[in-house]
Amino acid sequence: MATTETFIGQPVLRKEDPELITGQANYIDNWTMPGMLWMALARPPYVHATIDGVDTSEAASMPGVVGVFTAADLELGALPFVWPITEDIKVPVHYALASDKVRFNGDAVAVVVAETREQAIDAAEAVAVTATELPAVIELEQAAKDEVLIHDDLGTNSVVHWSHGGAGDQSIFDSAPVVVQERYAQPRLIPNAIEPRGCLAYGVPAMDEWTLVSSTQIPHIVKVTLSGVTGIEEQKLRVIAPDVGGGFGSKLNVYAEEALALGLARKLGRPVKWIEGRRENYVATTHGRGVIHDCTLAGTEDGKILGLKFVELADMGAYYQLLTPGIPELGGWVYMGPYDPEAYWYEFTGIVTNSTPTDAYRGAGRPEATYVIERLVDTFARRIGKDPVEVRRMNLKPAFAEASTAISGLNVDSGNYEATLDTALGLVEYDKLRAQQRDARERGDTKQLGIGLSTYIEMCGLAPSNILGALRYAAGGWDGATIECLPTGKVLVKTGTSPHGQGHETTWAQIVADGLGVTPDDIEVLHGDTLITPLGMDTYGSRSVSVGGAALHFAVEKVKAKARTIAAHELEVSEDDLEWGEGSWHVAGAPDKAKTIPEIAFSAWHAHSLPEGTEPHLNATAVYDPPNFTWPGGAHICVVEVDTETGATEIVKYVAVDDCGTVINPMIVDGQIHGGVAQGVAEALYEEAIYDESGNLTTSTMTQYLVPTAVEVPTITTDGSHQTPSTTNPLGVKGIGEAGTIAAPPAVINAVIDAVSHLGVTAIEKPASPERVWRAIQDAQHQQGQSGQGGAA
Amino acid sequence: MIPAAFGYERVDSVEAAIGALQADDGAKLLAGGHSLLPQMKLRFAMPTKLVDIGRLRDLSYIREADGGVAIGALTRYHDLEGSDELRQLAPIVASVAGQVGDPQVRHMGTIGGAVAHSDPAGDMPSVLLALGATFVATGLSGTREIAAADMFPGLFQSALANDEVLTEIRVPKTSGGWSYQKFTRRAQDWAVVGVAAVRMNGSANVSLTNMGLTPLRAGGVEEALAGGADPATAAERADEGSAPPSDSFGSEEYRRALSKVLVRRALEEALA
Repeated sequence: MATTETFIGQPVLRKEDPELITGQANYIDNWTMPGMLWMALARPPYVHATIDGVDTSEAASMPGVVGVFTAADLELGALPFVWPITEDIKVPVHYALASDKVRFNGDAVAVVVAETREQAIDAAEAVAVTATELPAVIELEQAAKDEVLIHDDLGTNSVVHWSHGGAGDQSIFDSAPVVVQERYAQPRLIPNAIEPRGCLAYGVPAMDEWTLVSSTQIPHIVKVTLSGVTGIEEQKLRVIAPDVGGGFGSKLNVYAEEALALGLARKLGRPVKWIEGRRENYVATTHGRGVIHDCTLAGTEDGKILGLKFVELADMGAYYQLLTPGIPELGGWVYMGPYDPEAYWYEFTGIVTNSTPTDAYRGAGRPEATYVIERLVDTFARRIGKDPVEVRRMNLKPAFAEASTAISGLNVDSGNYEATLDTALGLVEYDKLRAQQRDARERGDTKQLGIGLSTYIEMCGLAPSNILGALRYAAGGWDGATIECLPTGKVLVKTGTSPHGQGHETTWAQIVADGLGVTPDDIEVLHGDTLITPLGMDTYGSRSVSVGGAALHFAVEKVKAKARTIAAHELEVSEDDLEWGEGSWHVAGAPDKAKTIPEIAFSAWHAHSLPEGTEPHLNATAVYDPPNFTWPGGAHICVVEVDTETGATEIVKYVAVDDCGTVINPMIVDGQIHGGVAQGVAEALYEEAIYDESGNLTTSTMTQYLVPTAVEVPTITTDGSHQTPSTTNPLGVKGIGEAGTIAAPPAVINAVIDAVSHLGVTAIEKPASPERVWRAIQDAQHQQGQSGQGGAA
Repeated sequence: MIPAAFGYERVDSVEAAIGALQADDGAKLLAGGHSLLPQMKLRFAMPTKLVDIGRLRDLSYIREADGGVAIGALTRYHDLEGSDELRQLAPIVASVAGQVGDPQVRHMGTIGGAVAHSDPAGDMPSVLLALGATFVATGLSGTREIAAADMFPGLFQSALANDEVLTEIRVPKTSGGWSYQKFTRRAQDWAVVGVAAVRMNGSANVSLTNMGLTPLRAGGVEEALAGGADPATAAERADEGSAPPSDSFGSEEYRRALSKVLVRRALEEALA
């Protein structure tokens, strides 16, 4: 239906929800096929061991087992790694099945194919592995000593070193009036998509045509890379991402199981399916974070930040997955935060360990960076005796509407940081809280109030292909969109992004609806199938709206241009006489002489009388490669009560003011912030992958790995009033998928430290478990007691 | 994960359950299943057979008896939590039933299942220990009563024989003050440490959750209270005789410190 109503900026209800909330969604575990077999992997109970033998005979004789295969039985190439960030990076070879050594808990040595899932799992347990155990190294600094090598052929565990190269006068880090040096450790996190991974491979053996249905964020990248791994010709390989139950970066990868399912389906000529178990997910799907930073802030006594320097150790895990060493580097461009220092230094060393490979986890490098800057700024403020708000205000880069080069060297599209801080301070009632805090401290209450700030920027919308190329990333950063205007007035949109919870079907429909003068209900958005939407680079790095959404904008413009030609022909006027407005092309000054897009689509379909040189059908495809990243920013403030006797933290208030440029759908943006903050709170207070001394994952189920529930996640107050348009794309959009996870952890930790800082506590690491907080208080009191005694003596 | 293969039999009487247990050494009773089934999925427990007593609705009741309260072993947490009668007669049981696990667990899990499972981190064994409950076990030769002090001999061990069925739990009426201090990381988690305090006979019974291999009475605290100590002083002896675990939820040292804070808070509430 043609309409003059506008939808951008409206909280349009999500088009994708009816099937999701009525149980009719099509997740991978719902897929079944005649003759389908099940796959299960034999992951031996070793962390680090030389494989002496794999005996598959017992497993092969078990009920329902069709075959048991080891690496030697399958012709699969090495798994893809696409981001060799330096020329001299050492790259561990990574096969779907290990044949020489087991290098972490998730390494598999054999794969079983059976008639049922239960039979496959039972038989995988019966695969007998004889192995010689080697010492396991999990701790980064231990691994860096190279006493135990994970990959003998590489000769070292320190596999990559990347340096930003620095900017400004580096002597400031020695000569500044105030030099703050801190070390912050950020534990490994497990991404925990509600739906674990899973895949189904099937095909037409006689034609060597194969389809992989996989719970993935990146069907297009999976297709290109697995064509190489399996030897299936790319034009004969189709990858479908069905409804995907969350990813958070853990499905931004190409995994052993996907290659195995395709390889086995091809070998056996039958469909092969695999569904990951949760414990398997905890060891075999990528982890996030796992970094240690040595940080230096150079500043003045009155609070000016002169220099920021960070030297990072980053845990790669046992192998690289798709992007592994690129993740810390992504953070390397934002360690100045929204501030404007004169000097900057960042470098990191990537170290392999006997643990699950790390890779992108919601925020990917930017949360790690934001956490350490924001901790450091608070520490600086405490050191010089100033309010953290005052110090931030003194250092925030002033508002800018045109792209401006940051000290890290990249162009930041636009920003207005102080405005978001002011709004957040007002919403949280900062001065009143500080007064309450003083009162509680004077009374010596058991529960003490803490206020934590996080003013952040991030870099998202991956992004310009030429910059990605310069950073040695193997793929591009463009995305594609196709619009097909159907003869009945409806519109089909094909996007190269691959949503898995983000709401693209709705947001994209809003963009097209406004562009073509129809309603979102008239539009169907197709995605996640390389056959239907061959042009795509998928969904990650908060890129979808600023790249895929922008591509859609250009497709809309192309459709409108073709429609204009047809309208002019039908109205018997020159194209120059037509204006677009009120949802139609109409003659300037004569709005009743008009053609709507549905009308023109019908004409273009029957094609009875098209202008010369115009092809039938009203459609267009656009591929967009943005000139820059986008750079959202904002201010989060967390207010906590800490029980000083038990160390328990309760979040009593949380305010998030995020500026992600033009907002297409404020309800969806709010949802992204809510989810992101929940995950950030999880990171700050609950979640941590813990290993025992032998390198086994202790937090191996959801009983021990503490994903918070609705009870623990606070009420979040959001504010979308700041919308500084991006200068990178015509929509002015930035990205919001990761902002919450980037901003929240330091806000929460700063609040916890603030609550007990009057007791002498200056540092508490993530996650701030009750015991960590309790211990920090105990230690501080112990030290004060000692210094008190010293003073008396 | 997927459990190892197992047999299954649903029985319609306690006698049939006993018979089924006697017929198969590897058989286990299935009540609410919310402790047993997760262990089976992780293959920590691999019973050869599950004897399902979940439909023996005769064993689900709360009634006043002999000056106390008799609770059928198959009464679910949700029914305990919602019982006005129990809130009058033994309010700590009703309240704590509402703090176990999450709503799904409370709609399936039973009080008898919790006792038989004898998890030292379970809330209900600890509360029943503080109350000095009596446990009625039914076997081939009839019923016997087991005192609370004898019910929890070891880690995940109850005093029930392999072929006995726990049928009833008796607790005294508690008209005085009480408190259950449950310290958790997340709402649905087991207690890192829990403390039950019940005012009885002019003093208080105090027990500890997750402070050792079994639920424990805080003997030192009770002794101090009997000797006239105030709550804060008595609480200093909270961890006497305990052997708290060290795990990812808390070290032994932290649990000892936590137990003192929680005992003090429990006593302050129960004795207020």
